[in-house]
Amino acid sequence: MTENSTENTEWPLWEVFYQPKDGKPFEHAGSVHAADAEMALQNARDTYARRSEGIAFWVVPSDQIVASTPEDVGPFFDPANDKPYRHPQFYSVPRAVKKRK
Amino acid sequence: MSTFDTIPKTQQEALVETLLRLADDRLILGHRISEWAGHGPELEEDLALANIALDMIGHASALYTYAAELEGKADEDYYAYFRDDIDFKNIALCELPRGDFAFTIARIFLFSTFSYFLYQKLIDIVEDEQFNGMLQKHFKEIKYHLRHSREWVLRLGDGTEESHQKIQEAFDEIWMYSGEMFDLDEADQVAIQNNLFVDTSDFREEWEKLVVDTLEEATLNVPDMEQYMFSGSRQGRHTEHLGRLLAEMQFLRRSYPDADWK
Repeated sequence: MTENSTENTEWPLWEVFYQPKDGKPFEHAGSVHAADAEMALQNARDTYARRSEGIAFWVVPSDQIVASTPEDVGPFFDPANDKPYRHPQFYSVPRAVKKRK
Repeated sequence: MSTFDTIPKTQQEALVETLLRLADDRLILGHRISEWAGHGPELEEDLALANIALDMIGHASALYTYAAELEGKADEDYYAYFRDDIDFKNIALCELPRGDFAFTIARIFLFSTFSYFLYQKLIDIVEDEQFNGMLQKHFKEIKYHLRHSREWVLRLGDGTEESHQKIQEAFDEIWMYSGEMFDLDEADQVAIQNNLFVDTSDFREEWEKLVVDTLEEATLNVPDMEQYMFSGSRQGRHTEHLGRLLAEMQFLRRSYPDADWK
């Protein structure tokens, strides 16, 4: 172990998103290390696009992603079960629409 | 056809010779790059180099397969595993030892720049459908090899003092092996007459411009273009390194010729 062993010598982390098809939303593929944006794109290609997984990439520095915290789970994601007025089941569905099902 | 046979006489002989020359460069360089597997400077770069090596070996495999079909040999393995160094037609640039990362990048960059212009011109003139199809397919990957290695040349050259020095040394060292890419012999002339190869001097200026522009952008000195250049590999006069590489690459197949994966 050298004195510098705790120093972080790794390249920064980037999150990789790929678009499976034209018009489809981008999906998270994983992450790569890279010193800059161009190399992040290339590393993304080498890591996640060797088998025709997609047609386009986004790479984003991981530290630029703003994420909700686990504590947010209440206010952010609480289901609306106790607020029945948010659900559409009180509307009667026209017969023509029902038939189509 | 072995190296010291006479020059190709028929269209088909010329085609086989061209396929083997292209394939040998790619097999040998691919093998050298594959020596990085597990030793890359970062996991991501390890993957990138392994991918480039696989691409090159894949290109060689397709070219050999077609040559085997034309020559009536059993399969592509004949060319890879059962020829001696004297029969290999690759240029010395491809067979030099692995070197450090800077050397690896300098070599991929010079070779991919050359391949880029060569394939671009070949696609326009090659009439043989199967050969042309391969060229088009492989061209896409060559563009990526060029992009990847060029970006690395810029970063190493214009990077730290140490990376600058290492990539400069790499270019200085490898430069004398770059001339062979443009050497044309009688076999090439026959191929050119049959629309199977192009006069490399037609794109030498374009090649030089891209190389010089990249080196200058990377704050590197361009080596002396007029210096002594190594030559003769395509005629079977190889460096001492090829024999060792083949010994390693071929020994299993030669010791157990009927071995297969089961």
